[in-house]
Amino acid sequence: MSAGPRDNDFTIKIANVNGTGSASANALLMKVFFRMGIPVVGKNYFPSNIQGLPTWYEIRVSEAGHLARSGRIDLMVAMNAETYQKDLLEVAPGGFLIYDSTWPRHKILSRDDITILGVPLARMCNENFPTARSRVLMKNVAYVGVVAALLDLDLQVIRSSLEKTFAAKANLIEANQTAIDLGYQYAKENFSCPLAYAAKASDKTADHIMIDGNTAAALGCVYAGATVAAWYPITPSTSVMDGFKSLCERYRRDPETGERNFAIIQAEDELSAIGMVLGASWNGARAFTSTSGPGVSLMNEFLGYGYFTEIPAVLINVQRCGPSTGMPTRTQQSDIMACAYASHGDTRHVLLFPANPEECFYMAVAAFDLAERLQTPVIMLTDLDVGMNDWMIPDLKWDDNFVPDRGKIMTAAEVEAAGEFHRYLDSDGDGIPYRTLPGVHPRAAYFTRGSGHNMHGAYTEDAREYQEVVDRLRRKWETAKQFVPKPAVNFTEKHRTGIISVGGCDDAVQESRERLRESGIGMNYLRVKAFPFSDEVQEFLDAHDRIYVVEQNRDAQLRGLLLLETRVTQDKLVPVLHYDGLPITADSILEIINPDLQKGEAA
Amino acid sequence: MSFITKPKIVHPSMPRNALGLTVRDYEGGMSTLCAGCGHDSVTSALVQAAFELDVEPHRMAKLSGIGCSSKTPAYFLKQSHGFNSVHGRMPSVATGANAANRELLYVGVSGDGDSLSIGMGQFVHAMRRNLDMLYVIENNGVYGLTKGQFSASADIGSTAKKGDSNEQPPIDPCELALSLGCGYVARSFSGDKAQLVPLLKGAMKHRGFALVDVISPCVTFNDHEGSTKSYQFTRDHYHPAILADYIAPSQEIRAEYEKGAAMPVVLHDGSQIVLRKTDPDYDPTDLAGAFAYLQKQSAEHEHVTGLLYVNEEGQEMHALNHTVDAPLNGLDYDRLCPGSEALATLQENFR
Ligand SMILES: Cc1ncc(C[n+]2csc(CCOP(=O)(O)OP(=O)(O)O)c2C)c(N)n1
Ligand code: SF4
Ligand SMILES: [Mg+2]
Repeated sequence: MSAGPRDNDFTIKIANVNGTGSASANALLMKVFFRMGIPVVGKNYFPSNIQGLPTWYEIRVSEAGHLARSGRIDLMVAMNAETYQKDLLEVAPGGFLIYDSTWPRHKILSRDDITILGVPLARMCNENFPTARSRVLMKNVAYVGVVAALLDLDLQVIRSSLEKTFAAKANLIEANQTAIDLGYQYAKENFSCPLAYAAKASDKTADHIMIDGNTAAALGCVYAGATVAAWYPITPSTSVMDGFKSLCERYRRDPETGERNFAIIQAEDELSAIGMVLGASWNGARAFTSTSGPGVSLMNEFLGYGYFTEIPAVLINVQRCGPSTGMPTRTQQSDIMACAYASHGDTRHVLLFPANPEECFYMAVAAFDLAERLQTPVIMLTDLDVGMNDWMIPDLKWDDNFVPDRGKIMTAAEVEAAGEFHRYLDSDGDGIPYRTLPGVHPRAAYFTRGSGHNMHGAYTEDAREYQEVVDRLRRKWETAKQFVPKPAVNFTEKHRTGIISVGGCDDAVQESRERLRESGIGMNYLRVKAFPFSDEVQEFLDAHDRIYVVEQNRDAQLRGLLLLETRVTQDKLVPVLHYDGLPITADSILEIINPDLQKGEAA
Repeated sequence: MSFITKPKIVHPSMPRNALGLTVRDYEGGMSTLCAGCGHDSVTSALVQAAFELDVEPHRMAKLSGIGCSSKTPAYFLKQSHGFNSVHGRMPSVATGANAANRELLYVGVSGDGDSLSIGMGQFVHAMRRNLDMLYVIENNGVYGLTKGQFSASADIGSTAKKGDSNEQPPIDPCELALSLGCGYVARSFSGDKAQLVPLLKGAMKHRGFALVDVISPCVTFNDHEGSTKSYQFTRDHYHPAILADYIAPSQEIRAEYEKGAAMPVVLHDGSQIVLRKTDPDYDPTDLAGAFAYLQKQSAEHEHVTGLLYVNEEGQEMHALNHTVDAPLNGLDYDRLCPGSEALATLQENFR
């Protein structure tokens, strides 16, 4: 377990009932740390329900910039009577728990290794706010005041945060400030504030933003020039399309005429959503869909179609806990296999694995270029943790000279000059054929079909002709290796042990490596960013005797994919798996790596 | 299979349309369907309609699902891009294609299995969205390609070739379309090209979703006695309620219609459809009346045909979306990318 709390290094967890308006209070608290210059991450554990079920928000503050889930709770704000016992048990020894003392707690619910602080939040709010709704809401804001006193938060930053949030609504600013003051005063008068550790203003968040991966991905789609989006609502991907819509309304709508230069279609289901994307991409628009596990299952037939007929498509899969409906509001990386080989037949898909919202933005842009360059569906796999939680990332940058790679699309003039056009010829020897867009030229037409076709695009059931096409698709796959993002590698010759990981495990892996280093153990690290695996992955596998493969699923899917798609052997790859639905922690990685290392030493 | 090679030479006397093209320029690859299959007649009606409308072949996009019927886009307009999608999913592909480029003419061909069973969801939602396209169902009451199982359009009491009788009520695509506010609902028969061609032309010109349900007998699996979609049964129970003539904007309406019986409907581009009623009580602009009429006639095992309902007031998908006039697939990237400054400004919200 990580070292105990220190200044700028602690975790707060708030237990709420959903539908009580706690989200904005918790976001406020998280932002205050960020605005004090201290690295922070906010993780939301919410139910698949609209009102009345337990929900938690976890804020990790880390001067060192460790922003994975910490796995240790130093300060619990226990606002939900129903989960009180569980929340109480979760506090690390020596930690603190704040509860609403308006009503008495049950005696047996106690611990003597932590400090329990009662604050009459409901009573204070009932006395100070007129309406039932405002009393419920302000109770949440009041605990922010309590925490502010205990951790010595900057009151000026809180004030300006309220002003920024509520801008023109002066009465809301004042109501919130009153609630903050109530909590703050009570804590000052009744507890010794601040605690042994507190928040100290720092300078680590300059040129950084706090953003969730779904918003960042949506932004990437806007910057990539996507004009058609089709989707069917599903947690945790819905906010990708919500984000895309609000960004398009802002940047893509003529202020005078109200005309839109985009079309967002809420489809009747995911089968349709991906069909719409294929239709639009076939017709030359940049198009995408976003979904999650159950949606990917439904999209399978069309994904195979897109692969075989070579139509670009971008799919953003924000993974959640499976199998089946699973736990829609919990995170996992369990669709790796389902996406790599989605659909029947010899089918394989280009995958991208962003580790954080920053990569969600850049990879979303890259996804469209890759899809068009390679003329095939590209699936970007994020997950609920990356997609829906607020992460601190460096400012996003944009190069105004960027030109999208539309791939091998023949213009009318090129068709005219070429004389004739055949859709599936490998003219360049890279496995990528040329395509034309409908309507451009009378000689540009071809027939797109998921049934057997030959290199000219004609229907075939001929053994040789069919095989020619699928063999070329395999050559195209080889070409794809040069285009997909290369893995992130930390390598020095002296280490013979390595870690391979993927996506949102990155922070927890980095933190694990740092702790291993502290105990004198060095390990190389490779994070795959894409499938197919580029040569660097094979080189890394070859250069190590033992490799821990860290991922968030039960069945070691990344490890399985490495075994299938590289020359590595089973015994070299040690699975390090985390799959309970909560984001991975460094502890859960070290719990597996450390004993394994000791076993190795003993042998 | 009808492997008759078509002569390549075009006789100089062959009529040419306004683009200088002959009807042969609107043909496609050779059909591989059974000789006598109704679908081939629908193909030739589509060829004729596109020719007569002076459609620029490459400005049409042909789409289909899976089935014998869905193969047919390969048999007409070889200069058009074609998209033979997966079973029952053509409407979604057409929706995306149309979203990307609103300027092409979209023609979808489907079967009763493709549209009324596996693809029912997509079919009704395309209508609900009022996608601007011509949607042809080649309706034979069976799954031809998988060898003759009943489809959802099979009538109660209709028998399969091997003797089974269908006891489930049929789904009538035209009744569905009426209930969904589709603005152009027509039924015809593959054996009546004179009726079918003008209906297809009107449908191509209609702005919004135009459904043409064509009874198109399957000679191999559903043309026997006991079938209600055989050539014989269809001819015997054929009830043309409304005859439609398509009149291009430049043409004048000939005066041979009987007063009162003729009813012109003006399409968005100024062309007209003149409806000739065979049944004086039928009003194809009256939705409730059309619905009641269809139900009544089908209870009497009549195949009511003609332009059953027309309404030119509907707003198609792009009008509802307020999409720019220019096709989305042709917009300059500069217009789509907000640029670095906007990104910097936006990020102030995330601090
Ligand atoms: C997902 C899927 N399931 C089943 C099939 C097999 N299948 C091919 S065509 C067809 C029925 C076609 O019937 P219809 O649309 O009426 O066309 P017809 O052949 O009668 O013209 C079926 C079930 C398929 N291609 N795809
Ligand atoms: S099986 Fe029936 S529908 Fe198919 S081609 Fe033959 S006649 Fe036509
Ligand atoms: Mg059929």
